[in-house]
Amino acid sequence: MKAFSLSLRIAWVHLMAKKRQTLVAMLGVTFGISMFIVMISFMSGVNDYLMDLALDGSPHVHIYNPVKIERPALASTVYDTSKTWIKVHHQRPKLEQTKIRNGQKIVGEIKLMPEVSQVSPSLSSQVFFNNGPLQFSGTMLGIDIETENEMYKLYDKMETGSIEKMLTNREGILLGENLAKKLNVNVGDRVNLSAPSGGSFMLKVVGTFSFGMTLIDETRCYVSIQTAQKILGKPANYFTDINIKLKDYNKSQQLTKQFETMFGYKAEDWQEANASILAGEVIRNTLTYVVAITMLVVAGFGIYNIMNMTVVNKMRDIAILKATGFESKDIVSIFLFQSVIIGISGAMIGVILGAGISYGIDQIPFPARELIKLETFPVTYNIKHYGMAIFFGFLTTLFAGYFPSKKASKIDPVAIIRG
Amino acid sequence: MISISAKNITKYFHEPTTFKVLKDLYFEVNKGEFVSLVGKSGCGKSTLLYILSTMDTDYEGSLILNGENVTGKGQDELSRFRNNHLGFVFQFHFLLPEFSVLENVMLPALKLSKFNKDEIEHRAIEKLKLVGMDEYALKSAGKLSGGQQQRVAIARALINDPAVIMGDEPTGNLDKQNSMIVLDILKKLAVENHQTIITVTHDHDFAKQTDRTIEMEDGKIIN
Repeated sequence: MKAFSLSLRIAWVHLMAKKRQTLVAMLGVTFGISMFIVMISFMSGVNDYLMDLALDGSPHVHIYNPVKIERPALASTVYDTSKTWIKVHHQRPKLEQTKIRNGQKIVGEIKLMPEVSQVSPSLSSQVFFNNGPLQFSGTMLGIDIETENEMYKLYDKMETGSIEKMLTNREGILLGENLAKKLNVNVGDRVNLSAPSGGSFMLKVVGTFSFGMTLIDETRCYVSIQTAQKILGKPANYFTDINIKLKDYNKSQQLTKQFETMFGYKAEDWQEANASILAGEVIRNTLTYVVAITMLVVAGFGIYNIMNMTVVNKMRDIAILKATGFESKDIVSIFLFQSVIIGISGAMIGVILGAGISYGIDQIPFPARELIKLETFPVTYNIKHYGMAIFFGFLTTLFAGYFPSKKASKIDPVAIIRG
Repeated sequence: MISISAKNITKYFHEPTTFKVLKDLYFEVNKGEFVSLVGKSGCGKSTLLYILSTMDTDYEGSLILNGENVTGKGQDELSRFRNNHLGFVFQFHFLLPEFSVLENVMLPALKLSKFNKDEIEHRAIEKLKLVGMDEYALKSAGKLSGGQQQRVAIARALINDPAVIMGDEPTGNLDKQNSMIVLDILKKLAVENHQTIITVTHDHDFAKQTDRTIEMEDGKIIN
């Protein structure tokens, strides 16, 4: 301990004797660390935003009854297919309802599972909106307003009108913001929509919403499940989808498999539904870390160079220290301390600077208002990232300082002193 | 009591061609003796001194310093040995220029850490008084004159009360007056503290003042 405090003292004097050089080395680390933090904070901000978007826009698990296009040819059930070749050209699908049979029972069972926080049966269908002579296609979701509201935080997405009116008004409809614009309707206006099976209905717009995703905002509308059943001419137990919100969304994959085997319907987790967003996340993360770590490595090379120079400049001092009894490990620690001091002080300033720049980016308005709903550039402030920056910064300086220090400890004092 | 005992010391230089610099040297130095090593340039006297200093370990033969066999010891062990038992004064002062005079003197003692810091500081001031440099204690070592630096270097060599003090032309870079001061200090150490002193020198006046002169030629002791 005492030996280290002596090495530290010598290291400190060396650093203070060359303030400018020390500062330059420190700034290298500061820059590397701050950019590391900025990049990671920004990138994880983007990732978190997209993740929220994905989680808000889709249930954790979605159970539905897919239309089976391919089915075994009837002939194959009659003949032994190992002996007979059967070829049926362009086989048509059966008329099949997308309804989930025993739906109420399934919903009841899922509700009792401990991992599940909410279950909402819903009914989805393609519909046409009639605006004078024009027709726009859209997706109608018949939902239980209260549950769905909690699940998707619909109240948060409302642009105009209010969601409560849906509860009192049976004929009420919520339109996506862009859809409302296309139909040129506002809250209080009526829209005319027709079901694929025919028949048209007048509904009253009670609100508009925006998920921040064009695809949804341009096509989706919500009505109560009873209204949807009426529009489609179906009985009261008819629904096509079960949306499930879990207590821990990371368990979705495992539960999805469980649901499929339990109920025999197709279940899809949110990862599958948002595969493109999640694939993007992996790529973004990889890129960010590669660039951020490269920056630290560059800063490390800066320290390596400066430390090498210092060792060359201090050959005489090293020789005299060794001659008067300093061991190799003392010499190593003297120079390692120098680079660690540079590293730690550079990292500290870098963390502050990084947080400052991140905050700055957080304040910049995000330009593409129309496309996605984002007011400023997304930035997260995660203590883990800051810890990681300090850790990696410390590691690089340790590495960068180690080799010159080792070199210093190997200097032969006789060669230096004799000249 | 014998302070330095060198037996069959042989050393080769391998660059540019293999060349035998020291040929089977044998000598002993008693405790408290002030010995000078003289000889023409290239006779091997400095080479011998650096072997005696334990910094050069590439030799044949055996070396006993202060009753301890140092031949074959590891570098770190030798560092500790030097710290404890040997003091050096070099031709080119070799102080650490960024440190104060006092700190330069204190460093080897802080390394040894036999005493606490206050004690070491007190002892360092004592040693500086001995060489008449105490009033410069807080000055930066880089700002002293050559003679002053050499006296500080002697104080540093003395800080751990070494059994043996070695000098490589300690007066080589000094004028007559400063040389005399340094010589007087070294003589006093040998007589009063019974510290063994062995120095390489070119200066015959210096050599004459020492207890014994070992003269070398072509890697052999001739006198």
